[in-house]
Amino acid sequence: MEKTWNNKAWFMVLPVLVLVAFSAVIPLMTVVNYSVQDTFGNNEFFWAGTDWFLEVLESDRFWDALTRNLIFSAIILAIEIPLGIVIALNMPKKGIGVPICLVLMALPLLIPWNVVGTIWQVFGRVDIGLLGRAVASLGINYNYVQNPIDAWVTLIIMDVWHWTSLVVLLCYAGLVSIPDAYYQAAKIDGASRWSVFRYIQLPKMKRVLLIAFLLRFMDSFMIYTEPFVVTGGGPGNSTTFLSIDLVKMAIGQFDLGPAAALSIIYFLIILLLSWIFYTVMTTSDAQG
Amino acid sequence: MARIDLDHIRHAYGAKPKSEADYALKEVHHEWNDGGAYALLGPSGCGKTTLLNIISGLINPSEGRILFDGTDVTHLTTQQRNIAQVFQFPVIYDTMTVYDNLAFPLRNRRVPEAEVDRRVKEIIEMTGLGGWAKKTARGLTADQKQKISLGRGLVRSDVSAILFDEPLTVIDPEMKWVLRSQIKRLHKQFGFTMVYVTHDQTEALTFADKVVVMYDGQIVQIGTPAELFERPRHTFVGYFIGSPGMNVLPAEIDGARAAIGDQSIGLNFQPKIEAGAKTELGIRPEFISLGREGMPVAITKVEDIGRHKIVRARFADRLISIVVDEDGEIPAEPRVTFDPKAINIYADSWRVGEEA
Repeated sequence: MEKTWNNKAWFMVLPVLVLVAFSAVIPLMTVVNYSVQDTFGNNEFFWAGTDWFLEVLESDRFWDALTRNLIFSAIILAIEIPLGIVIALNMPKKGIGVPICLVLMALPLLIPWNVVGTIWQVFGRVDIGLLGRAVASLGINYNYVQNPIDAWVTLIIMDVWHWTSLVVLLCYAGLVSIPDAYYQAAKIDGASRWSVFRYIQLPKMKRVLLIAFLLRFMDSFMIYTEPFVVTGGGPGNSTTFLSIDLVKMAIGQFDLGPAAALSIIYFLIILLLSWIFYTVMTTSDAQG
Repeated sequence: MARIDLDHIRHAYGAKPKSEADYALKEVHHEWNDGGAYALLGPSGCGKTTLLNIISGLINPSEGRILFDGTDVTHLTTQQRNIAQVFQFPVIYDTMTVYDNLAFPLRNRRVPEAEVDRRVKEIIEMTGLGGWAKKTARGLTADQKQKISLGRGLVRSDVSAILFDEPLTVIDPEMKWVLRSQIKRLHKQFGFTMVYVTHDQTEALTFADKVVVMYDGQIVQIGTPAELFERPRHTFVGYFIGSPGMNVLPAEIDGARAAIGDQSIGLNFQPKIEAGAKTELGIRPEFISLGREGMPVAITKVEDIGRHKIVRARFADRLISIVVDEDGEIPAEPRVTFDPKAINIYADSWRVGEEA
């Protein structure tokens, strides 16, 4: 069939193009602009080529922060995905329990990030925090301000508390879409609880799990506000993630060139990893 | 294979049924023969799926017992009852291959792998899914998926009964015929007890030895297709079976005569009517003959549906349908006669017999 060319269509997409330009393209290009030039103020710019990129890639600071990010995301995903599935499987399917559970699950998601950070910052304090006092009274030497391990544990528990419900809600949506006949047929076929999970529930949750996995990966890899509020990147540099390091570099030290280069590298890493996850998970989907 | 006894079964979905109307399934007390093919026929919401789920054990009846070959299975699970069921929408495990789908019920029961292989190959052969055995079940068409659902039932050689819950609803018309005759052939070959729920009368009548007609939570008649056609026990059966349905006309019964409006019709028996009952006369359109003699009618419409014509006419101020042969002529001053042998008399919607 002959394609119809209608140039008026361009006018239709114009508003969106303008919006996207202001919200994404222009800021991104500004960052690109900074990453390849050097400036000493007064709007004077000198071409720097790939110097900033090389500087960032050769610094230990970058690789250490990146390693922390990867470890953090790995731990978060390893806890939140299975935990989310388990909770979703045990949520009621009908009755008054459904709205109650859904509201309870949605609550942490409604709280702004910096408030979550503040809550846990106070909650975990050894002098006045409920958690901090309780743990200390058990005889455990817990202090997230001084001990890097404690700081990590606090951040991980906070993230699990904050975001597991997202995984739960997505999985639950996948589960309730399974018709009753599947469970009845499985019963008649004599399937075990595990088989029902493996051959009915998991395949039906696969798509939403993929989304949950990607969202949780991207969010945890970009995490900034909560560790900034709770630990400020410390003690030492132990919870300084790429995002925190980036802000320190750009706003603390005004090293705009390296900060811009780091931003772009950071962006490309997330893009690349998300693409890899997506490809791996969808190809296994097609085969399986 | 088993004989199924339904012993005073009643079921209500609410916790505490107060009146008869709270029961989705009113009292059912019947015995179904080993190896029989039964069709549960009725409109949506008449309780046929409830009854099926009670037999399969997915629902526990509020009252009554259910026996397989004389053994009480009321409180046994579906698995323990050893039942197979095919649902309205095909249920397949879509990450498994066709072969694994069919092997699934056997492997769950820890059948030795050599036996599994033998049984599955047999079923694949029977259902004609040979080329698909090693492929995942996801890409199959609806009728192939339904064949797998059925195959998962047949693969267990020892099932007590196979239950079908409107299995052909999502199947294309021409495949319906193929599948239906395939199921029928398998039934003949294996002789399993078969219960088949449907709201399609053609399906029920061509399929089953005995058709169980349900209406408003109760079984109104169990009979062979011929019995349902000639002697409907309830006016509902008359309406529901046959196309068009039976003509049911309010009638005054006086001895062996029935009066409809100002027309009087002689009966070949004397119905036994209790005083105060609402009486009706039922006659199938096939047993009314249109000609120059008899009682006058006014024709309103003639529908030609191929092999015969359906004449809609006004008789004693009531609309009736008459089936006329394709080349049967319709006279200018039409009159009708009712075949006395085909007349049924109903009191309060239930068919009445002869005065003793």
